Amino acid sequence: MMGFFSKLKEKIASKKVFNDKKEEEKYSKGLEKTRKEFSDKLNSLNKKYKKVNQEYFEDLEELLIMADIGVGTVVKFMEKLIDRARKEKIENPEVLKELIVDELFIIYVNDEILVNKINYAEEGPTVILFVGVNGVGKTTTIAKMAKKEKDLGKKVLLVAGDTFRAGAIEQLSEWGDRLGIDVVTGEENSDPSSVVYKGVEKGKNESYDIVLIDTAGRLQNKVNLMNELEKMNRVIGNFIPNAPHETLLVLDASTGQNGISQAKSFKEITNITGIVLTKLDGTAKGGIVLAIKEEVNLPVKYIGLGEKPEDLEVFDIEKYIYGLFKEMI
Amino acid sequence: MFEDLGDRLDKAMSKIKGYGSITEDNISDVVREVRLALLEADVNYKVVKEFTNKVKEKALGEEVKKSLKPDEVFLKILKDELLELLGTEKVEIETKYNPTLLMLVGLQGSGKTTTIGKLANLLRKKYNKKPLIVACDIYRPAAIEQLKTIGKSLGIEVFEEGKKNPVEIVNDAVDYAKENGYNYLLVDTAGRLQIDEDLMQELININESVKMHEILLVLDSMIGQDAINVITGFNEKLPLTGVILTKMDGDTRGGVAISARYLTNVPIKFVGTSEKLDGIEEFDSERMVGRILGMGDMMGLIEKAESVMNEEDAEESLKKMKKGKYDLEDFLKQFKTIKKLGSLEGLLKMIPGAKKMGLTNVQIDPKQVARIEAIVLSMTPSERKNPDIIKASRKERIAKGSGTSVQEVNKLLKQFEESKKMMKMMSNGNFKMPM
Repeated sequence: MMGFFSKLKEKIASKKVFNDKKEEEKYSKGLEKTRKEFSDKLNSLNKKYKKVNQEYFEDLEELLIMADIGVGTVVKFMEKLIDRARKEKIENPEVLKELIVDELFIIYVNDEILVNKINYAEEGPTVILFVGVNGVGKTTTIAKMAKKEKDLGKKVLLVAGDTFRAGAIEQLSEWGDRLGIDVVTGEENSDPSSVVYKGVEKGKNESYDIVLIDTAGRLQNKVNLMNELEKMNRVIGNFIPNAPHETLLVLDASTGQNGISQAKSFKEITNITGIVLTKLDGTAKGGIVLAIKEEVNLPVKYIGLGEKPEDLEVFDIEKYIYGLFKEMI
Repeated sequence: MFEDLGDRLDKAMSKIKGYGSITEDNISDVVREVRLALLEADVNYKVVKEFTNKVKEKALGEEVKKSLKPDEVFLKILKDELLELLGTEKVEIETKYNPTLLMLVGLQGSGKTTTIGKLANLLRKKYNKKPLIVACDIYRPAAIEQLKTIGKSLGIEVFEEGKKNPVEIVNDAVDYAKENGYNYLLVDTAGRLQIDEDLMQELININESVKMHEILLVLDSMIGQDAINVITGFNEKLPLTGVILTKMDGDTRGGVAISARYLTNVPIKFVGTSEKLDGIEEFDSERMVGRILGMGDMMGLIEKAESVMNEEDAEESLKKMKKGKYDLEDFLKQFKTIKKLGSLEGLLKMIPGAKKMGLTNVQIDPKQVARIEAIVLSMTPSERKNPDIIKASRKERIAKGSGTSVQEVNKLLKQFEESKKMMKMMSNGNFKMPM
């Protein structure tokens, strides 16, 4: 069977992966740091070793862990890789490199058809709830997504459900002003569920196409705050059946092993439908994508590759892998 | 989420138990476990590698005294080395200049703005300073608004000049402080990537223009392997005087503390422990070691409890704890204290072994505290001192008196028994580090 690596090579050659040059550049540039860290080091590893041996594998393990792929995932990955290398009698590091990309892809895809598309409502407004710990970039992500949807000609409504953090309401309102998008707000420190209710109501009555709801940052081990999310979900669901259509967990790409804990805890409390990975342009890592897929089985739906609204991209594993291993393909 | 290092070490240690000394052979599994545990705590890989090698070298050939087991010797070396790395001497925040100039720097979302409010509050309360907060985040929408809201709730003035050049804002703020008798300036800056040259230059310009006395790097304690680039990036461009770790009330191990110390050698001065404006504590290396290794945070619990309980109460509880005498009155008192302390889940996490006892899953609603209070107050003094006498008819009376049910009374008595057991364990000294 042809491996993923060769397939991707073929696809790139026939220009099937990217829609246009601009998109390719965005992935290439946004993942530049990660690529430099990882892919360049992998290349120099292959120069250092003529033959694959124990030291080679140790260095490789180091590389993977340093990419934040997660200790558990890496340990499993290494066992599998070493096993495959032995069985297939691979001694040449260059050949093994293809195997590594293949296996990394397998972690993510894992025999499943991944749904990274947003689940839009068939009729009435599509409601998307954004959740996450403090400081991951929820509000900025919402602004970016709002811009994207507006540019597609949709009627967008923002809901300032973070009534807790000082300045959060103003932050979203300012974005609304800049983008020319309506924002529903409530009093600071008021019950967020009431703001959410107001927002969903307006969204339905005034036929908005999409309602994006901001929530306060909450650390995943704070039970009361996590329960509050449950309440918001109920409020939305009571008003519009099947809503929220998406509950997106926003994760900071520079987060380490705690990202797994975040994904697990949020998934337990609410029906997380996908992940938005922010600040990927700033980190040299981003391996957390693989760790979360492997350990929590949540798909990444969007990634933030820069500060501009258009830098929020629909996540595509092929493009992502290309961004990471460009020089090798 | 992670298996405690303690549990994992137990497994690995069983292999070296019984040996007279530590050798390369019998220690390799243990070293690997330590390495993985540190990596899982997000300590940087390079740091882990160098550090574990150092610990291994020290441990090798170490003579194992009769009274100690090899595993205990190894753990002791590990803990001592970690402590040495994190630094045992407390370095206080700079306060001697008039005005003292402090600046917070860091990535987006690390928690600078909230931290500046906490610091200003602390400087006023603990050091009797008259602080002025200076708003220099001219980029993020509503960052100035956020700071003003925080300032307002603390009653601390915020100096802002809108979106003017930050260097000018800081200079104007210094003049303003001198004219108006402020003796401590806290400058909030915009979050930035360490590789953003323009924005890094802005910080350098601010510092060259007014010469800061404190430049603190604010680090999210959940940061992963990229921490090494962030820390060295900021450290190379600016003369950092310290580090603040934020969001430590989450369930992160916070291994970045080790990376930060190892890479910069500047002290970690504070940790952020809640979203509230008094949620800041001085860094304690001993507690941090316990946390990174997953050994609980007893000292933190005690310190936090003490600051809320009045001293007399604390002393009495401590005495009773030691004697193993502990009744429903104490139980109630503790519950009320907990109500003041905030997040109970956070507190429980700090108790070593709490996880093993299944205590971290305990969820307590603040309303429940009121109900517990009603139940205890419906008991006679002798019932409170000696709960064993509470049988069926008494339970019914108590339930009626407190407007609760017999089941709830039973539940409370069970909880009391559990916490009594815990107190007993503590008084036996079982909460110390296993060594």
